[in-house]
Amino acid sequence: MTEREPAYIAGAFEHPTREAPDKSTMQLHAEVAKGALADAGLSKDDVNGLFTAGVPEYQSGLSPLVIADYLGVDASYVDTTDYGGSSYIAHVGHAVSAIRDGKCDVALITLAGRPRSRGQATGSGAREIRTVQDSFERIYGATNITMYGMAAQRHMHEHGTTAEQLAEIRVAASQHAQYNDDAMFQDPVTVEDVVESRVVADPLHLLDCCVISDGGGALVLVSEDVRDDLDREAVEVLGHGEAPSHHDAGRIDITRTGAESSGERAFAEAGLGPADIDYASIYDSFTITVLEAIEDLGFCEKGEGGEFVEGGTLQAPDGDLPFNTDGGGLCSNHPANRGGMTKVIEAVRQLRGEANPEVQVDADVALAHGTGGSIATRHGAATVVLGGEGR
Amino acid sequence: MTWEPRPVPEVNPETDRYWQAAASGELLVQECDDCGLVYHYPRSLCPDCFSEKVEWREASGRGEVYSYSTARTMSGWPEDDLPLVVAYVELDEGPRIMTNIDADPEDIAIGARVEVRFVDTEDEDVSIPVFVPANA
Repeated sequence: MTEREPAYIAGAFEHPTREAPDKSTMQLHAEVAKGALADAGLSKDDVNGLFTAGVPEYQSGLSPLVIADYLGVDASYVDTTDYGGSSYIAHVGHAVSAIRDGKCDVALITLAGRPRSRGQATGSGAREIRTVQDSFERIYGATNITMYGMAAQRHMHEHGTTAEQLAEIRVAASQHAQYNDDAMFQDPVTVEDVVESRVVADPLHLLDCCVISDGGGALVLVSEDVRDDLDREAVEVLGHGEAPSHHDAGRIDITRTGAESSGERAFAEAGLGPADIDYASIYDSFTITVLEAIEDLGFCEKGEGGEFVEGGTLQAPDGDLPFNTDGGGLCSNHPANRGGMTKVIEAVRQLRGEANPEVQVDADVALAHGTGGSIATRHGAATVVLGGEGR
Repeated sequence: MTWEPRPVPEVNPETDRYWQAAASGELLVQECDDCGLVYHYPRSLCPDCFSEKVEWREASGRGEVYSYSTARTMSGWPEDDLPLVVAYVELDEGPRIMTNIDADPEDIAIGARVEVRFVDTEDEDVSIPVFVPANA
């Protein structure tokens, strides 16, 4: 166990909207910031650390300045790490380090976006050529879903994983989403519903894919001194790990993800292992994203994820590894096409006993894991292990 | 398979030889003189040992399907070019490269042997390597 100074998540807020045609992205940033600060019992003027991956739809390296200006935040520390949906989980780890170093003591992390209102074809849209690698990928029509489709196809080939096993992941998420009034899709689905939904990119069906939603979320991290003054249950960040994973000059193994490294690092820092996790938030852009992460985080052996998820393993409250009890990206929310933020928020809810009652788990230790970019080529992985006050 | 108006790769000083070779019907890979790594995508330093002694080498143009996925819908892509098979092909020289396979999706399987073909783009100096079933 670490003997370094602890840092805590004191505020967490998920925007309730899933479609925001009449709001600006900056307005959503402000609304989630206000929500998370209110949740912590802090005010805007307490914030001195600003952590943001910016405004994805603008793709501007200057967007942290845009956000600081819009919110009127006077920050002594800024971190703008951006590697897609895992960024917000990385920010939790970076905020802990900044707080431990005394660079700030109230860190605000925000995410907001409006891909649904903007009509964005997130998974199945061809992309512009922007990077050197795009010239060797996007020219072939490599979209997010074909990348993940290739990963699923290879996983099935090597390990005998089936479409029905992948569907179990959607089924579990949908069971949880029925209790979430804010979830985009609240109706439970069956394995048959998933495998009979139309194929978007083999072997992935429509219901193997996450929602496209507007909205956002925010987190507030604080030092121990600040926490001691708050009248609010806080969640300790026990461990953090991150890793980029890439094409490896042509040696890529698309059945493996950066979770192998990020998870190992997070567990090592926490002094804990997969068996200690009571609840897991796992980024679910597609069902295969979850399956590979479960294996790579060590919840089962590589190749055994398909069997592992059968029989309700992921279903709260009674499964062995309850996951994504808000319905996750598959059924509830994937704001700005970046799921890392909501993964942390639901883990905090679970540890505080504030999850929807039907899916509340008796959890002292939770994990939140994010994937950013695209597996099957280049992606970021970030993992945090969180502890509730009862542990 | 149609081609235009697909996106054309951006050619830069590190990659123009690759694309020009493709335009004349050759698939190139790079090989490090110091450590022997054969790699893709092209770059001026070996990504394993950082040696700058890297050479272009003509690949056989043959390999096998490492994985694939057939896009049934894609916004921003010509309708008559769908379904489109996006694949990784493992070249006989080693590297796995992303590509298309120009074949009926039903006839494609992981491990199947494939060979390279070149498709013209809007830019006459640039052709794109794709693959077809070997001996087809």
